[in-house]
Amino acid sequence: MPNPMFEMRLYLLQRLTAILMLPMVIGHLATIMYATRSELTAASILERTQSSPWLVVFYTGFVILVSIHAPLGLRKIMGEWLRVSPKLANRISVLLFLGFLGLGLRGVWALTGGTMS
Amino acid sequence: MSHLTVRIWRGADEGEFQDFSVPMRENQTVLDVVSEVQRTQDQSLSYRFACRVGVCGSCAMMVNGKPRWTCRTHIRSLKSSVVTIAPLRNMPRIKDLVTDMSGFIDKWGRAGNVFESQRDRGDAPALVDPSSPMRKVADAAIECINCGVCHAACDVVSWNDAYLGPAALNRAWSLVNDERHSGKKETMMAAMGDGGCGNCHSQGNCMAACPIGLSPTRSIAGLKKMSLMSLLGGSDA
Repeated sequence: MPNPMFEMRLYLLQRLTAILMLPMVIGHLATIMYATRSELTAASILERTQSSPWLVVFYTGFVILVSIHAPLGLRKIMGEWLRVSPKLANRISVLLFLGFLGLGLRGVWALTGGTMS
Repeated sequence: MSHLTVRIWRGADEGEFQDFSVPMRENQTVLDVVSEVQRTQDQSLSYRFACRVGVCGSCAMMVNGKPRWTCRTHIRSLKSSVVTIAPLRNMPRIKDLVTDMSGFIDKWGRAGNVFESQRDRGDAPALVDPSSPMRKVADAAIECINCGVCHAACDVVSWNDAYLGPAALNRAWSLVNDERHSGKKETMMAAMGDGGCGNCHSQGNCMAACPIGLSPTRSIAGLKKMSLMSLLGGSDA
């Protein structure tokens, strides 16, 4: 990379997203317990979650943070353990970022009452 | 007299272990055993040592899989009748127990470890308060003598060729905390750039292996903290 601080900035980004996600993971676990406390069907879960705009805000933020955090960690694992070249690891990480973001936001869209089709 | 089986690496990167049998003695270090093999059984065995008493750090080798100063490792403390001795890990092998340490030393340079001063010989010596927080932090890291044991112990070094390693970063940490050092920004840039402190996984192998009880792990954690603060502050160092 031309900028010697590129790695350090990614490192910073990963740590910051980790700090922000810590309380959100707890919130996510609490939501799972809340959403699955009785019937385990998509319709019954959505009935409980769709009414809250806060959940949409919460999960939009959570999805963005996860989409940044996870590919950065996988990028390091690809480089250190699987010996993937930096260029390829960067490309795969960008694809993972887009994939996590797309799938995650689609899930949030379903939470707002969008169709699941 | 009972005997000890010693498995010693022969060759360079390509090679194999060769078994020797050495008399077990009341007091004997791993270095004593290597010397005994070289003097009485195979004079072509190559290895490094200088002081024999834990000062110089030249006799570091892998002993039963762990990097150690062989002069400070008693055979008795290993509690094993077979001792495997190999050259230091994470360095190219030259012959038998001798490694090429030039890559290790080069990384010291790449970590920005060149002391720079704005003073010259006409100036009075700098007055550094030994009890100041910065000096205490620098002193905690400064006793390193480049033996390479932590570098051999580090898994990240084995995975990532670009990683500068615990010794070089430990030195950078003592330098950025040296108030006389005028190249602090350059040292920080090198220590936090590619191959720098952000690669450390904080496994602590360096700290566990250091023969004189230094903690490069703590030094690298200090560099990480300093680099995060400087990036959050909007500047690059």
